[in-house]
Amino acid sequence: MTVVIDPASLVTPQTARFDTPLSLQSGAQLPAYELVYEMHGELNARASNAILVCHALSGNHHIAGYHSPADKKPGWWDNLIGPGKPVDTRKFCVIGVNNPGGCHGSTGPASIDPVTGQPWGSRFPLVTVEDWVAVQARLADRLGISQFAAVMGGSLGGMQALQWSISHPGRLRHCLVIAAAPRLTAQNIAFNDVARQAIVTDPDFHGGDYYARQVTPRRGLRLARMLGHITYLSDDVMGSKFGRILRNGAFSYGYDVEFEIESYLRYQGDKFADSFDANTYLLMTRALDYFDPAHRLGGGDLSRALTAAVADFLVISFTTDWRFAPQRSREIVHALLDNGRNVSYAEIDSAHGHDAFLMPDAHYHALVRAYMDRIDV
Amino acid sequence: MRQDFQTIAGWIRPGSQVLDLGCGNGELLRSLHEQRGVRGYGVEIAPERVLGCIRNGVNVIQRDLEGGLAEFAADSFDYVVLSQTLQAVRGTEAILREMLRIGREGIVTFPNFGYWKNRWQVLRGHMPVSADIPYQWYDTPNVHLCTMEDFETLCARLGIHILEQVVMTGGRRVRWLPNLAGSLAVYRFERVPR
Repeated sequence: MTVVIDPASLVTPQTARFDTPLSLQSGAQLPAYELVYEMHGELNARASNAILVCHALSGNHHIAGYHSPADKKPGWWDNLIGPGKPVDTRKFCVIGVNNPGGCHGSTGPASIDPVTGQPWGSRFPLVTVEDWVAVQARLADRLGISQFAAVMGGSLGGMQALQWSISHPGRLRHCLVIAAAPRLTAQNIAFNDVARQAIVTDPDFHGGDYYARQVTPRRGLRLARMLGHITYLSDDVMGSKFGRILRNGAFSYGYDVEFEIESYLRYQGDKFADSFDANTYLLMTRALDYFDPAHRLGGGDLSRALTAAVADFLVISFTTDWRFAPQRSREIVHALLDNGRNVSYAEIDSAHGHDAFLMPDAHYHALVRAYMDRIDV
Repeated sequence: MRQDFQTIAGWIRPGSQVLDLGCGNGELLRSLHEQRGVRGYGVEIAPERVLGCIRNGVNVIQRDLEGGLAEFAADSFDYVVLSQTLQAVRGTEAILREMLRIGREGIVTFPNFGYWKNRWQVLRGHMPVSADIPYQWYDTPNVHLCTMEDFETLCARLGIHILEQVVMTGGRRVRWLPNLAGSLAVYRFERVPR
């Protein structure tokens, strides 16, 4: 099947270079860095129609549209963002940024450290959700955006949106926090650690400095992704999609692929291991673990941590998401209610687990559309 | 606008904080906001009504009322409204207590089972079907229908002090023999001061 790509949906990523050092939450400094970003739609004269889309663990700046007519797939949130879509790029200027530490163009562990002339590798500093928000704010300054109409994101991206409302309350009017949590649970951190252990114990990891050796810890990254993938799906959807279907109709009494689910997971793991950097995976999962505004700012009390937030909120969760369960979104809602903020909360009935936030569910999209339609620009 | 909304709107002080339980598409909150500068939230379980609220620009929390309302702090609202929903709630006592934990005053509306047309249908051997109880017995969300006298008895038992009561039939106020002549009851109440 040939996909005919509308020339209007072509987008060209841009790069912004920053030479002012960035002090990170850890105390380390990022001396200089580049950010890759893309913009969909026109920024209006008052720069009042900008929307920032924050990406999740494996995401990047390529939120929608195509980079070239030869692309097989559009950006990762293309079903939501675009002309006439729920986040309508005819009304809004929608911006996606690859976070530093990433592996899709922004400065990250695979980039060259100007001091040594070698890839950063293991010396790339740990960056946090707070650091990403600080960097995104610098990009907004550069683009002349003093206040976003909305900042939005799903999962780890939702955490960034939430952090925006705390770090820069006056710089966003609306905040869309989707399939997120105010902090990870022990179970969630545990999954992240198993994923990290798979990577760091891969013989090709070399303490994170594998670039010069022309190897990658592919096996570890593949396992990490396979594990992650299991947790992003619901038991139900795995059952209905794969069940116990056998690859070849009968057992072959060995350890190669027998069940379809194995084939699927291995395929997903391979695909990911070929396109993603293991150091970035480590860093992103750590940023997830560290995020905890209640602890950092509220003495354990999320309501206190959110006293600064003045944006209007739309919080969305999905019924079968057990990695970022509805209960975690309700904690955010509770804290916003305690502060008397404008907040709406929807719990979408979906079978797709955590992945649901990326799916084109009609009701979910109708909610986002209705919310975005009411935003004045 | 629904007939009980005018009465409710008339009771609510301008600029106050209102929580509307079972808020539907948010029409009441929207009109309270536009006409009386009221700030509020709705609670609704049905997805299409949650969407309706968003379209109406009303804050809405998707939630099952029966699951409790723990995210709403004590005394955080001036009024908690439960319009034409009480009869469909299983935990009747629990919801009334929650209303007065969260709000300083509660407002409920419900179809009066004691309305003479309802009684007449029962006398003739049938469960009543009317403008305010528009369901067949086998296909109804209502589980706790009551008369005005029943409601007032429960309030007395729960230490709820009724402040005001309006009874309506076909949108008109009824003042004579309300429990017989009234189809829809609207109550405003508070906790009995200790």
